[in-house]
Amino acid sequence: MTTEIVAPPAEARPMDLLRFATAGSVDDGKSTLIGRLLYDTKSLFTDQLAAVEAVSAARGDEYTNLALLTDGLRAEREQGITIDVAYRYFATPRRKFIIADTPGHIQYTRNMVTGASTADLALILVDARKGLVEQSRRHAFLCSLLRVPHLVLCVNKMDLVDWSQEVYERIADEFTAFAAKLDVPDLTVVPISALRGDNIVARSENMPWYEGPSLLHHLERVHIASDRNLVDVRFPVQYVIRPQSTTVTDYRGYAGQVASGVLKPGDEVMVLPSGFTSRIAAVETADGPVAEAFPPMSVTVRLADEIDISRGDLICRPNNAPAVAQDIEAMVCWMDETTPLRVGGRYAIKHTTRSARAIVRGLHYRLDINSLHRDESADELRLNEIGRVRLRTTVPLLADEYRRNRTTGGFVIIDETTNRTVGAAMIVEAA
Amino acid sequence: MTTPAAYRVSHLDALEAESVFVMREVVAEMERPVLLFSGGKDSIVMLRLAQKAFAPANIPFPVMHVDTGHNFPEVLEYRDQRVAELGLQLVVASVPEALASGLVRESGDGMRNRIQTPVLLDAVEKHRFDALFGGARRDEEKARAKERVFSFRDEFGQWDPKNQRPELWSLYNGRHHPGESIRVFPLSNWTELDVWHYIARERIPLPSIYYAHEREVIERDGMFYAVNEFFRPRAGEERFKAQVRYRTVGDASCTAAVRSDADTVEKVIEEVAATRITERGATRGDDRVSEAAMEDRKREGYF
Repeated sequence: MTTEIVAPPAEARPMDLLRFATAGSVDDGKSTLIGRLLYDTKSLFTDQLAAVEAVSAARGDEYTNLALLTDGLRAEREQGITIDVAYRYFATPRRKFIIADTPGHIQYTRNMVTGASTADLALILVDARKGLVEQSRRHAFLCSLLRVPHLVLCVNKMDLVDWSQEVYERIADEFTAFAAKLDVPDLTVVPISALRGDNIVARSENMPWYEGPSLLHHLERVHIASDRNLVDVRFPVQYVIRPQSTTVTDYRGYAGQVASGVLKPGDEVMVLPSGFTSRIAAVETADGPVAEAFPPMSVTVRLADEIDISRGDLICRPNNAPAVAQDIEAMVCWMDETTPLRVGGRYAIKHTTRSARAIVRGLHYRLDINSLHRDESADELRLNEIGRVRLRTTVPLLADEYRRNRTTGGFVIIDETTNRTVGAAMIVEAA
Repeated sequence: MTTPAAYRVSHLDALEAESVFVMREVVAEMERPVLLFSGGKDSIVMLRLAQKAFAPANIPFPVMHVDTGHNFPEVLEYRDQRVAELGLQLVVASVPEALASGLVRESGDGMRNRIQTPVLLDAVEKHRFDALFGGARRDEEKARAKERVFSFRDEFGQWDPKNQRPELWSLYNGRHHPGESIRVFPLSNWTELDVWHYIARERIPLPSIYYAHEREVIERDGMFYAVNEFFRPRAGEERFKAQVRYRTVGDASCTAAVRSDADTVEKVIEEVAATRITERGATRGDDRVSEAAMEDRKREGYF
């Protein structure tokens, strides 16, 4: 057994967690980049590498095809395509990373939206020789639609343009100008060569003109703690804990994960949709009471008064509450191959811990995600199409605008016949 | 009371919070959940998370052990002890009983990995379980890297990788028709090292075979198999004593050990952090059958 230690033996300095999504196709070198990150952080195992090398050789690939690391399904290997979101993990002493690796082509908008929905950061790749293409703009738009707080553009294959500062700056300027039209709060551009490892872990000697951080340095240090909303208290009640026990009697706790804000014992709170108010008596975990609860903690809240509260209700502050709304305006990404979204369609929806039914009252427009042109004549949304939709729900949603709250502002649409998840919705307005 | 420093959340706390959320979703939305308990470290961690999710109430679902009959005695002992301590209801889906009743037949190689699946599905049907918690992690294997946290299974328990439900934010869709079910993987985003860090932090006891001990083994395909009543050396395979530990716990006829001196959780963490071979690659004969061995078994209804 080797004794080389590549990760901290214990939690000396607790790591935090960064989730990022990658977008781009095999041609852009995305798989090579992920392979490089895993390899250089010693997260790639020798048996995984050996398996990939063996399959590559058997297929007659000229290089070890690192895409085979992420393409795990039989159909993907046979057809040489990436079907679905694959999750990959690596860690450095500072952070643990979860990569949602999503295929880049337009027919996979669904997967990109899925990967971006939980991402703190999105990484978009472009080929330095080709510059920005339609796909790069589409990825940037989807990241802004899903409100991914940090965006990184990797200008890859710098080795193939002679490490040219001019090429890099032209692409960076063009992308920055495009991103300014979108709602992108934080953008970083890094020139890299994934194949050769330039600016991946360490600063490249081939590009002395680049003064920014290496990609890994940026991923390790990008400040994500403030991305959480610590202002608006939103606690969707997930489950009511009432022990049927002789030792614990009269216990009633509201279990859930803090969506936003900070909850403390003594705080005055309001419960929606009833509107009753009370005070927080205690915030508990299995390990004992805590002084404060904040996202993404899973806790149990106990209130001073006995109020009828059940799953799907929401605890907030009396002077800072979400809308209690049945008329919802939302941007919807449609995800079903078989049936399009149409006006008059009836669906089930899941919003925080609340389930409801909804009817589509209107489709204002379908968005061309390449040109951002709005087609107001559209009467349906097909697979991978995005549009602005008006819905009426059977019961009120306790909703915020998605741009203010990614948890209380998003919901999924479910086909009640097939039970499949057919749409993702981001609330624009709730009344 | 603890006071947070600048609202910091460590990666282990974030993972724990996510797993607890997932388990509560299942209990809130599903009729008859069950936790698949193998006595392996992942299912042991899952059981601890279940305790945390519902405290101070008891764990509100039974546990099920799919018993191949090829058990490590240390693991069975551990199982019975935990079940008694936590006051759990234990369901045993027994492969030996299924062999006796004719539900399944012994496979040619004597391995019982594949024939576990019909036994599992039979128990699911008999008890009408509609949600099965499994301890699988996405870092284990490439088919698992693409599986959802809530993984829909049809009435035959089959996974259809090309027809998975999109899973956005933390909105899990557990809807299903009668006879269909959902496999739920609360540890999806944990790595082997995360599991060990958590075991250390929570001081969770494990079956002794996870720590270094001396055992009589033979070497086959670069793996060390314990010689016992379920595993017979082939001609020419030499028995010898070695200091080993198990990285995974499965059927005793196809789970191999690794050479190790790590006899404490801290030493195991050092070892896992330094190792360059995946845990299934190092210890599981059953995954070496083909490039897509795991995907094929999952399609048939495997864990």
